[in-house]
Amino acid sequence: MTDQLDHKEIERLQGLKNKDRMDIPRQKMPEQEPEERRANFKEVPHGLPPMVAVAEANRCIQCKKPKCVEGCPVGIDIPAFIACVAAGDFQGGIRKLKETNMLPAICGRVCPQETQCEQVCTLANRKQPVAIGRLERFLADWEREQGKVETPKVGTPTGKSVGVVGCGPAGLTVAIDLRRAGHEVVIYEALHAPGGVLMYGIPEFRLPKKIVNAEVDVVRQMGVEIRYNHIIGKLKMVDELLEKHDAIFLGTGAGLPWFMGVEGENLCGVYSANEYLTRSNLMRAYDFPNADTPIARSKRVAVVGGGNVAMDSARTAVRLGADEVYLVYRRSEVEMPARDEEIEHAKEEGVIFKILHNPVRYIGDDKGRVKQAECIRMELGEPDASGRRRPIPIEGSEFCIDVDTVIVAIGNGPNPLVPATTAGLKVDPRRGTIKTNLNTMRTSKKGVFAGGDIAIGAATVILAMGHGRKAARSINHYLESGVWDIEYLPGEEPSPEEGKDKKS
Amino acid sequence: MPEMYEVMENEVLAEKVNRYRIHAPEIAKRRKAGQFIILRIDEDGERIPLTIADADPQAGTLTLVVQEVGKTTARLARLRPKDRLKDVVGPLGSPTHIDKFGTVAIIGGGIGIAPAHPIAQALKQAGNRVVSILGARTKSLMIMEEDMRRASDEVLICTDDGSYGTHGLVTDVLKNLIETQGKPDLVVAIGPVIMMKFVCKLTREYDIPTVVSLNPIMVDGTGMCGGCRVSVGGKSKFACVDGPEFDGHQVDFAELMKRQAFYQEQEKESFARYQAGIQEKNTND
Repeated sequence: MTDQLDHKEIERLQGLKNKDRMDIPRQKMPEQEPEERRANFKEVPHGLPPMVAVAEANRCIQCKKPKCVEGCPVGIDIPAFIACVAAGDFQGGIRKLKETNMLPAICGRVCPQETQCEQVCTLANRKQPVAIGRLERFLADWEREQGKVETPKVGTPTGKSVGVVGCGPAGLTVAIDLRRAGHEVVIYEALHAPGGVLMYGIPEFRLPKKIVNAEVDVVRQMGVEIRYNHIIGKLKMVDELLEKHDAIFLGTGAGLPWFMGVEGENLCGVYSANEYLTRSNLMRAYDFPNADTPIARSKRVAVVGGGNVAMDSARTAVRLGADEVYLVYRRSEVEMPARDEEIEHAKEEGVIFKILHNPVRYIGDDKGRVKQAECIRMELGEPDASGRRRPIPIEGSEFCIDVDTVIVAIGNGPNPLVPATTAGLKVDPRRGTIKTNLNTMRTSKKGVFAGGDIAIGAATVILAMGHGRKAARSINHYLESGVWDIEYLPGEEPSPEEGKDKKS
Repeated sequence: MPEMYEVMENEVLAEKVNRYRIHAPEIAKRRKAGQFIILRIDEDGERIPLTIADADPQAGTLTLVVQEVGKTTARLARLRPKDRLKDVVGPLGSPTHIDKFGTVAIIGGGIGIAPAHPIAQALKQAGNRVVSILGARTKSLMIMEEDMRRASDEVLICTDDGSYGTHGLVTDVLKNLIETQGKPDLVVAIGPVIMMKFVCKLTREYDIPTVVSLNPIMVDGTGMCGGCRVSVGGKSKFACVDGPEFDGHQVDFAELMKRQAFYQEQEKESFARYQAGIQEKNTND
């Protein structure tokens, strides 16, 4: 691909003044047409062609005090990797990127850039921000497609061993960093496949599984052992793991779906988004009967919620052949926590947005199958604790939508299996999260660290990775010094990173 | 040394009912009465929950008793020793609450006798007087009678067609037991949902605490998908983590039956396709 580069053009772009740079329009990423993609599970965007990526990278004015780096939960040196792309040095770019983020092909696809790095991009005020996420994705894809993926160097063996519970974004990140430091790492995964939410939750058309597998392969090549079908809290207890390992990292995720508790929620055809997506993604029910796992053959679907998971569910239902898919959300579109791109894609694919609506009950037929969703109209009142305007039901505005499937995508709580079976592990009684010092990722139990959704409640892939990274530093410190009771890691200032947003 | 999840034995117990011993040493060591596993035969396979009928921690094996009802269970029946399952995960669910209750009537209906067996063992070991009531459609479908005799103080048998034991249903036998011997302190009922429903109807009349073990549709078995939710006392519970055993007097059996039937059409289709495939293969051979 490198030989496809137009070096004269690169030279011209590199010579531009900042004013002219900012005049380059934000480059478009080619993607499948909506009509075409409604009928397949292939990835929607095709990625940037090399010279388009170079042009996009040349929009960056290399700010002296780059706000984008602060906007990134893991503090990637964004201007540095973009400068490499701008000069056509993709190898240099991916190396720079991977200094901070080991899973860029994933982050480039699923991070909510518009509320992170791209939101604070200097260009965002005057023009459109630099497409940082797309450039990140470009470099990762380039490296993989060129067969140039470099397995990070494993550190000199320390003789220490760490057990990681959960093979999702937090667990994978911590495993990589710990191997780099020379510790032995074993990941215990409850499911039969790696990746956690990357595999069971996020659909193929948004994050192809081959990309997740490629990233996991790197982890394996680093000598990390992944043990599937290991449910900690059932097959083995955390205390038993502590006998085998010098430290434990808990990254068990937000695997407990919430329901609204409205009438008819246990009717057939009412799914949690977790179940619907797990059937389609992990179990490949979209390929039934070639794959054995069935899924509803829906014609009219209501998805409840406004986050990425809701968009993923709605767009999956479209691809599974539903004629009409409604997205029922109780606030307005401005408050939707989903990524802009997902909202846009869902609309293009024909998902019908019923904003300021909320289901109040589900009505079933004589076989116990859902046939209608009764909804009420909502209006926005004063801001609530989340800072968003509180939705208030408009009395007497109830009406019914005919549906044969309902997918409840209103969020997930932390999975209680580990907290409930581990003595000495303090849990937030209200939220069910494991009490974790977010400066050190240390829990109330000596030798046990936690991060990702189990520590803060459902959040984003990148925050989970950030936690994994910080936990690895903290584990290194603990294994080297033997010191447990600390408020901050030596030399690390309190960081205001947590709780910034709720996207995944 | 056998491989992980290797089939050690596959024995026909009755028509369309097989007993398997699977090599899964860690689960065999850890499992307790009332718990279950989820297995997957191969990469395209579905995850199905199966209650553990027995385990041998020394040999590192789990015993499962499975009735052939669809594609996955039919494929299981064709497995031979040395074949390997892709995945076995467990032990799942909360174990049976074992205590000294006094007299416990354990009711196993059909294939439900298998999961009732470890519960009978554990309750007897805890010092209870265990009376087991075993029901089947007909004599040839009666399974694990000898195992249950060893685990019980008394065994009462019934068949729907009268070909063995009392001619009647487990509820008839239970009613007779209550009237002749007095109320047991606890009833444990495992079998078809309809059987558990009627057992609970009867024991409610007599005010006898009753535990049932439910087997709804499941995917992950860790509380992550919520597909296995059942209404218990008007509240939604996840059978995989809150159960699989519940107070039978609180369970909404009608809802459970409907939920279990949700994928019937697809299951039939998948099974028919599988059988046609076998037939074609046999013709070609």
